[in-house]
Amino acid sequence: MKYVDEYRDPRLARSLLHEIRQTATQCWVLMEVCGGQTHGLLKSGIIQELEGVVELIHGPGCPVCVTPAEAIDFAQELALRPGVLLTTFGDMLRVPGSRESLLTVRARGGNVRLVYSPLDAVELARQNPSQQVVFFAVGFETTAPATALSVLQAAQLGLDNFSLLVAHVRVQPAMEAILQSAECRVQGFLAAGHVCTISGVTSYEELSARYGVPIVVTGFEPVDLLLGIQDCVAQLESGTASVSNQYQRNVRDAGNRHAMHIMSDVYATADRPWRGLGTIPSGGLVLRPEWRQFDAEYRFQRPTPTLLIECADCRSGDVLAGRIKPPACESFGTRCTPESPLGAPMVSSEGACAAYYRHAPKSGPHAVSITNTGR
Amino acid sequence: MCLAVPGKIVRWLDHDPTFGRAEVEFAGIRRICHMACVPDAAEGDYVLVHAGIAITQIDAVEAQRVLEDLAILNDVDEEHAL
Amino acid sequence: MTAAGNQYSCPIPEAAGERVTLAHGEGGRLTRKLIAEHLLPALGNQILSSLGDAAALPNVAGPLAFTTDSFVVSPLFFPGGDIGTLAVYGTINDLAVSGARPRWISLSLIIEEGLPLAVLDRILQSIAMAAKVAQVEVVTGDTKVVPQGAVDKLFINTAGIGEIVAPAPPGPASLEVGDELIVTGPLGRHGIAILASRENMGFEPPPHSDCAPLTPAVSILREAKYPIRAMRDATRGGVAAVLHEWASQAPVTMQIDEAMLPVTAEVRGVCELLGLDPLHIANEGVMVIAVPAGWGRQVVSLLRTLEVAAQAAVIGQVISQKIAPVVVRRALGTDQPLDEPLGAPLPRIC
Repeated sequence: MKYVDEYRDPRLARSLLHEIRQTATQCWVLMEVCGGQTHGLLKSGIIQELEGVVELIHGPGCPVCVTPAEAIDFAQELALRPGVLLTTFGDMLRVPGSRESLLTVRARGGNVRLVYSPLDAVELARQNPSQQVVFFAVGFETTAPATALSVLQAAQLGLDNFSLLVAHVRVQPAMEAILQSAECRVQGFLAAGHVCTISGVTSYEELSARYGVPIVVTGFEPVDLLLGIQDCVAQLESGTASVSNQYQRNVRDAGNRHAMHIMSDVYATADRPWRGLGTIPSGGLVLRPEWRQFDAEYRFQRPTPTLLIECADCRSGDVLAGRIKPPACESFGTRCTPESPLGAPMVSSEGACAAYYRHAPKSGPHAVSITNTGR
Repeated sequence: MCLAVPGKIVRWLDHDPTFGRAEVEFAGIRRICHMACVPDAAEGDYVLVHAGIAITQIDAVEAQRVLEDLAILNDVDEEHAL
Repeated sequence: MTAAGNQYSCPIPEAAGERVTLAHGEGGRLTRKLIAEHLLPALGNQILSSLGDAAALPNVAGPLAFTTDSFVVSPLFFPGGDIGTLAVYGTINDLAVSGARPRWISLSLIIEEGLPLAVLDRILQSIAMAAKVAQVEVVTGDTKVVPQGAVDKLFINTAGIGEIVAPAPPGPASLEVGDELIVTGPLGRHGIAILASRENMGFEPPPHSDCAPLTPAVSILREAKYPIRAMRDATRGGVAAVLHEWASQAPVTMQIDEAMLPVTAEVRGVCELLGLDPLHIANEGVMVIAVPAGWGRQVVSLLRTLEVAAQAAVIGQVISQKIAPVVVRRALGTDQPLDEPLGAPLPRIC
């Protein structure tokens, strides 16, 4: 597959590993912002290979994990209302709200359907005029243009049975929140490459200058990840802290103006609670008032959310903020597993806890549960 | 949310600013993707697709440059190894 | 409507039309009609057509293998097969990998009322065709019809009997360090075909299931008298599930190499787009085989003479127990643990 396979080339990866080991004179602490990068780092074994050279702290970049439980509860409530079809990405189905997941809601009769794209949900609404189709919109800036476009399409088609339950979050305010925290150990960031395809590179310059940290736009394949790490380490070794782009084939400095135009047409920024992290100023997106008719919260009269207290045995907040690694949580792998998660990062395969559980060495048998597929 | 996959534009179906769509090929399969964010991409170009929508056009020249730089690095390393 | 109208309205239950009704399952005239006009014409043979309460099977010399399975796939029809072909091949593949030559199967249909008879006929035709290909006979059966919503259109339960013509492979407990691991075909085709058609993913060309009988592959190995340690069809949970199960039965680790896994371009494309791992995806015409060290290449070249196993490949080996029961050699050449599949794979965009 072009533009994928080249960046999984083991020889190139090996020589980059060699370069990084040669460059580093001490162990630097880097944060990869995006959960997709966490997954790639663990799956390829880069983390073990660079032990003692670079310590990677896993950032809050799993939008599924930081979606507040109240939002999931409301989505579940909608799925159980007669005449409503709740659509969302496959990632969201297993994430627990305050009591259960959308998958269990579907099992007791909730109308939940997974779609690959929010634009497919618009098509479902067009084909099923008697149903209220709600798309549960989660994701970072990477995903927001697609959901914004779904509103523009629904409006042009004159659909009055399509709406969004918006839980979009913005990456940059979260990075800033991490840098502001007193116990922050992060010395350099690998910025989330696919978010930057939309929002660009230049917007990080102020952040990098203010906090004196290198911010390197980084991709997801092993070679891309190593290029990002190498750049970051080289900057730290030379005492510089600037913004650079190691994902230039996909990321333009100014981002994607078409995408940003669609986004700003439909969304405004707003303060937003992040699960496990608390409210982050300007940390989310909401539909602009002129699109209120496509807002599921308005259409279905969402009750004022009450903030829920997360399970005391779950330290997902500390994991998401990069304060601890998943295995440091007492519940990790014992009371909390992908089969019965306590916190959201154990659910999504992009979540730091699940990524550790899957890829980190372990001993002893673990439970199996296989549901039927394809027979 | 980060899973985005490079695919080749096989043919444009509609150039509408909101409903623009093209058929895009990923390894052995094709899917119709929404193109509102990459209106200038041409057939034969590669785009990065996320959740059914092309979010950026891949810069072939830049990609080539990085791979060439890496090839040189790799050769140097192999010489060292010998 | 007048009383007279009621009196003279058509009393013939067949007026229920082209769909299966609850009455078709209640043992009366409609049941007989369903059997006589739909089931027997498609599946009839000497044993089945006697319509006894049990099938009288001819005498066979030697031990028998006996298996059962249920099929609840949605959608009923998918590119490369349907619930009927799946029911036959799924059943006989379980017999084949156990060293048996499949002979007879039973067929229980649990039908949701309202299923069009034309749909049932199409599936019965598929069953007949698959049974012919696999050289088995449907010798006994049952039909139940349940109210709407009690099942999803049609469920099929089968049992299969085969003659054990050669001793079954000794099984996973006999695995030794150095044994080579083989798959008989490209991974994940069935699961991807089902996912793509059930969720209406819009892929072109629509991915095809690999649904096929494994009997030719098993017989060719048996005839060649190659030493086989273990053999298993990699259905739900994919190759990963088989390897995990094997690793749980012997104090060894299964080591496979990502670069050696056969995957079709269509499965590759879908898996990249949806964030899935072909190792976790179901197959219906692929098995995993373990052979002693040094036999891999020979076994693979023999398998490749068959159409069903044209892309057979050695994918790894058995090594002494390591950090995890199953490890995959990934891009950097290091071994990474492969997790056991958890539930049905869900597409993701994260």
